[in-house]
Amino acid sequence: MVKETFYQEMRRKGYSRRDFLKMCGILTAVLGLEASFVSRIAYALETKPRLPVIYLSLQECTCCAESFIRTAHPLLSELLLNMISLDYMETLQAASGFQAEEAKKKTMEDYKGHYLVVVEGSIPLNDDGIYCTIGGRSAKDILLEAAQNSVAVIAYGSCATNTCVQGAHPNPTGAVPVRNVVGHVPVIDVPGCPPIAEVIAGVIAHYLTFDRIPELTNLGRPKAFYNHRIHDNCNRRAFFDAGMFVENFDDDGAKQGWCLYRVGCKGPTTYNACAITQWNNGVSYPIKSGHPCIGCSEPGFYDNFPMYERLAHIPVTAMPFEPDKIGKWITGVTVAGVAAHGAATGIIKRMDKAPRKDEEAGK
Amino acid sequence: MAQRIVVDPITRIEGHLRIEADVDNGKIVNAFSSGTTFRGLEIIMQGRDPRDAWAFVQRICGVCTHIHAIASVQAVEDALGITIPKNADLIRKIMTATQFVQDHVIHFYHLHALDWVDVVSALKADPKATSTLAQSISNYPKSSVGYFTDIQNTLKGFVGSGQLGIFANGYWGHPAYKLPPEANLMAVAHYLDALEWQKDIARIHTIFGGKNPHPNYLVGGMACTINIDNDNTINMERLDLVAREINKAIDFVNQVYIPDLFAIGSFYKDWTFGGGVSNYMSYGSLADDTTRNTKDAVFPGGVILDRNLGQVIDVDPRDPAQIKEVIDHSWYDYTGEKGGRHPWDGETMVKYTGPKPPYEQLDTTGKYSWIKTPQWKGKSMEVGPLARMLVGYARGNDLIKASVDGALQKLGIGKESLFSAIGRTVARGLETKIMVEYLKTTYDQLVANIKAGDSKVFEQSKWDPSTWPKSCQGVGFTEAPRGALAHYVKIDNGKVSLYQAVVPTTWNAAPEDGQGQKGPYEAALIGTPMADPNKPLEIQRIIHSFDPCIACAAHIMDVNTGEPLNDYHFFY
Repeated sequence: MVKETFYQEMRRKGYSRRDFLKMCGILTAVLGLEASFVSRIAYALETKPRLPVIYLSLQECTCCAESFIRTAHPLLSELLLNMISLDYMETLQAASGFQAEEAKKKTMEDYKGHYLVVVEGSIPLNDDGIYCTIGGRSAKDILLEAAQNSVAVIAYGSCATNTCVQGAHPNPTGAVPVRNVVGHVPVIDVPGCPPIAEVIAGVIAHYLTFDRIPELTNLGRPKAFYNHRIHDNCNRRAFFDAGMFVENFDDDGAKQGWCLYRVGCKGPTTYNACAITQWNNGVSYPIKSGHPCIGCSEPGFYDNFPMYERLAHIPVTAMPFEPDKIGKWITGVTVAGVAAHGAATGIIKRMDKAPRKDEEAGK
Repeated sequence: MAQRIVVDPITRIEGHLRIEADVDNGKIVNAFSSGTTFRGLEIIMQGRDPRDAWAFVQRICGVCTHIHAIASVQAVEDALGITIPKNADLIRKIMTATQFVQDHVIHFYHLHALDWVDVVSALKADPKATSTLAQSISNYPKSSVGYFTDIQNTLKGFVGSGQLGIFANGYWGHPAYKLPPEANLMAVAHYLDALEWQKDIARIHTIFGGKNPHPNYLVGGMACTINIDNDNTINMERLDLVAREINKAIDFVNQVYIPDLFAIGSFYKDWTFGGGVSNYMSYGSLADDTTRNTKDAVFPGGVILDRNLGQVIDVDPRDPAQIKEVIDHSWYDYTGEKGGRHPWDGETMVKYTGPKPPYEQLDTTGKYSWIKTPQWKGKSMEVGPLARMLVGYARGNDLIKASVDGALQKLGIGKESLFSAIGRTVARGLETKIMVEYLKTTYDQLVANIKAGDSKVFEQSKWDPSTWPKSCQGVGFTEAPRGALAHYVKIDNGKVSLYQAVVPTTWNAAPEDGQGQKGPYEAALIGTPMADPNKPLEIQRIIHSFDPCIACAAHIMDVNTGEPLNDYHFFY
């Protein structure tokens, strides 16, 4: 945040501090506040402005906004009142119609080069953009205009990072991720359907606190939240290592909390903070609650189903053990289990480094 | 000569809604409701594993995150003839009630309140008088003078900064705002409290479904294994957390939401606009798991015509003679017969005839929305909390009757006042109170069932596709927070061959039909006075009273036109 304060701007333009305080007095009267508020207003205008944020909702389901408002640290009220100025967010803002659009326009003009854009949703490009319009304008137009003079764009949620469900085969509306439309400002991908509340709040707070965007992975995601596979930190990991698997939901293994790999868990190929940060202020995450990870932060995850089958395709010839059969072979033989797991993990990791079809196609 | 005004986007809703209204002599004389986004989820469903369907269609909406998944697993279970274990049924009901309570509170404070509460007026309130007011209506502990002084100071600093954020360009000072400054300050304080509370009740979903929004479900039951003697399953610690959130919810609803609803409502009880189509429908929800009779469910099912509470007609979502969707003013086409279609025979071919963006105005004489027009026996139906309360009332449901009569008496209004925007908002509060108590009793039943030795949460017998019939079809119908919801599925050779969802906002936000019969939003707007056509506060009030959810409404797509997906996967 390099934008000067209102007070600095006035001084630069040759006004004295006396002029500034006089102006604060007039402003106080205009706002209908009592005289004691002059000093409070002066303080506000001498301090850095809150970071203006424009939150665009494009082709989406609003799960990201719902997740955003559940943040426990920082609380949303702290974010809204003390940290950012949420100048446009359809889900929460008071004004509708052209008054809402005017608020957005004013921010884009007043804070040119100093505001952040958060985008929830994909951009449907087919048929001139008719599949998502706001105020009669296409999602693409709206995004390009807002991104133009922003400091960075946060692609928030899997719709914005990889088109999520509407981008699944055959992608009827031609949905594309934010990265395919915005080219000239940094794009930060924050995937997940939705992302964890504290992750999106954390990315914004990171920028505010350290005055720079967070360091990103090779896929453009903040390392602080997307550096490790869920598998790496899973609370059921020990059972994977020991080859102790749930074979059917609610079976004896499930009742002991064993590994969900064989009922389709995508944790070994999914990079997200679920197993560490956990959900809803650290209460649980899908695997902990007994359901396999569906891989919602990975590109093309809806086309990597059936959900309840393990589909990471590992050729038998590439390794001494096939992980889908490890459980059957070595249950109870811990040493062999660890060795086999080492091999499996190595191969899965190598696969994760390989470029992904969707991403390649997307670029 | 009427003036056409356009409000787009309608904010504080889910999704993208556009309202065009003709205003003449300060009154709305005609209105058009247009959903302006489309995703085509049903085409995507074709060829998928029916056990995966819930994860796709759950993403119809992140606000109604739970209930679409429930309707989906119920549709598949109906098709395959699966009866889920008692624990799974109780857990799903707890999650449904959780969603209702959370969703309704968020709607009242964060989506609807600013239509009735003037934030700027709160700056002028006397914190001492605010405290007196708050303590006179509730025993909520955060009602001290100091508390309201702090909130007001925060608000003054916020407004004084000149960065108004979400409050920028609001219709502050509009003559339709009637609350005294003290009531406004109290409401603003509770807006912030509700924001903090709502994140906690969502944890009930997280315990059973692993996360919220978009918790996880399972065809045949639930995936959250119960073993009270294990550390990685539903055990006492997990159940205790659920119990604590339920108790907090009971307190919040009874000490904050309901008192605020009546306090604010008492200032607006004469604002009886927004009646609408006069027909109401509920599919019924939360029936006893053994009888499955929706007539005596917690929310009974039925249809009421012409506001006649003396008669309730049974409703059956399976009956092609009852439920049909027409597309006279929707951007779709049908092959062959152009009349209405039951979802089993549903078809949706995109036929966009609207203007190329950017555009200023829609041609409302032609097709003008991505939302279809569902009808019950050819009539537009309002669905949602008001429909549920009215059907329950007319069915003679004791709890609902006492609740509605009590509210009418407290506000000093007659039954006719229910048919309005205020009626919807009051009904939503009344059912939240019923739901939060239901949450507690259902939790007690779950614990009692586990105590009796039953820990089963999943029915395994029909999990394997080899046990399924070659062709079958099912429907999952229930009540979502916003009204009647039904998912229809056909399964052929183990894959989804048809998927259709007819959702609450499709009913409420529907465009008119070929005979000029208006949809519920449109009908509710007609006749409403507008103090200033450039400040659409009155339109917001009426539309928000329905709690729109447009992503839900405009996703419908048939599966007969897309190429099959069989055995099509990406590997990486």
